[in-house]
Amino acid sequence: MTFHLLNIAIVVVLSLIGIGLYGLMIARNLIKVVVGLQIATKGAILAFVLAGRLASQVDVGQSLALTVIVADTIVAVVALALAVQVRQKFGTLNIEALKTLRR
Amino acid sequence: MINFLIAVGILTCALLAIRENRLLISALWLALTSALVAFLMYQLGAAEVGAVELSVGAGLVTVLFVFAINITGGDEIEGRIPIPRPAAWIVVVVTLLLLSWMILPSLQLERYFHTLARQVEIAGLFRSILWGDRQVDILLQIVLIFAGVLAVLGLIGDIHEKEKEKGK
Repeated sequence: MTFHLLNIAIVVVLSLIGIGLYGLMIARNLIKVVVGLQIATKGAILAFVLAGRLASQVDVGQSLALTVIVADTIVAVVALALAVQVRQKFGTLNIEALKTLRR
Repeated sequence: MINFLIAVGILTCALLAIRENRLLISALWLALTSALVAFLMYQLGAAEVGAVELSVGAGLVTVLFVFAINITGGDEIEGRIPIPRPAAWIVVVVTLLLLSWMILPSLQLERYFHTLARQVEIAGLFRSILWGDRQVDILLQIVLIFAGVLAVLGLIGDIHEKEKEKGK
């Protein structure tokens, strides 16, 4: 495998998804959960662009990637607002505190 | 070579964003990851989305993170990790193997190597595809943005009301 742009992009896509997933699972802090989610989503966005490039339809890939960027930003906004609420209600951002939601 | 360096930079910044305990520094590493991902998108021929990623991913989202960290205080949290690290590693490895198993055969290797061999002409059709073929997507995005704004207003507005009640 040579250092061609497309090879590199495939490795970056898979690695970003892996790092984001790992971050999601080991995060104790609600805001760190959002960071992990953002990293995994960046891998997905890059995957759309890469798929478009491989199919010689970069513009279709771009339009799909744009949709994901908008959705991802809204998710981040709402998740951060929820984190603020949790901090106000429980006094901590520790996700262990949210276990009370089970009851 | 520059693409290889960008890829190394992206992965380093992403790892540091995950590993850093101080939230503000973590948000800054995330912003740098976004900026480098935007540059890789530009290299792939997706200049428009690269610009959006740079302004939204590295700009707006970072501002939102700083805003949220500022309000919440950004305390470091000690204690046990929700999922043990070995289990998390196993899940990540299995997921990546499954992804590779699904993605790599679908690349249609002959076509892939053909794409590697030639320079693709990037047609400027983005505008017509976005506003012509994908109108539903645009409508969905507008609805999403309004839903997000309303959700944040509901959540943040609730805090202000409680603070006012406390003040009384």
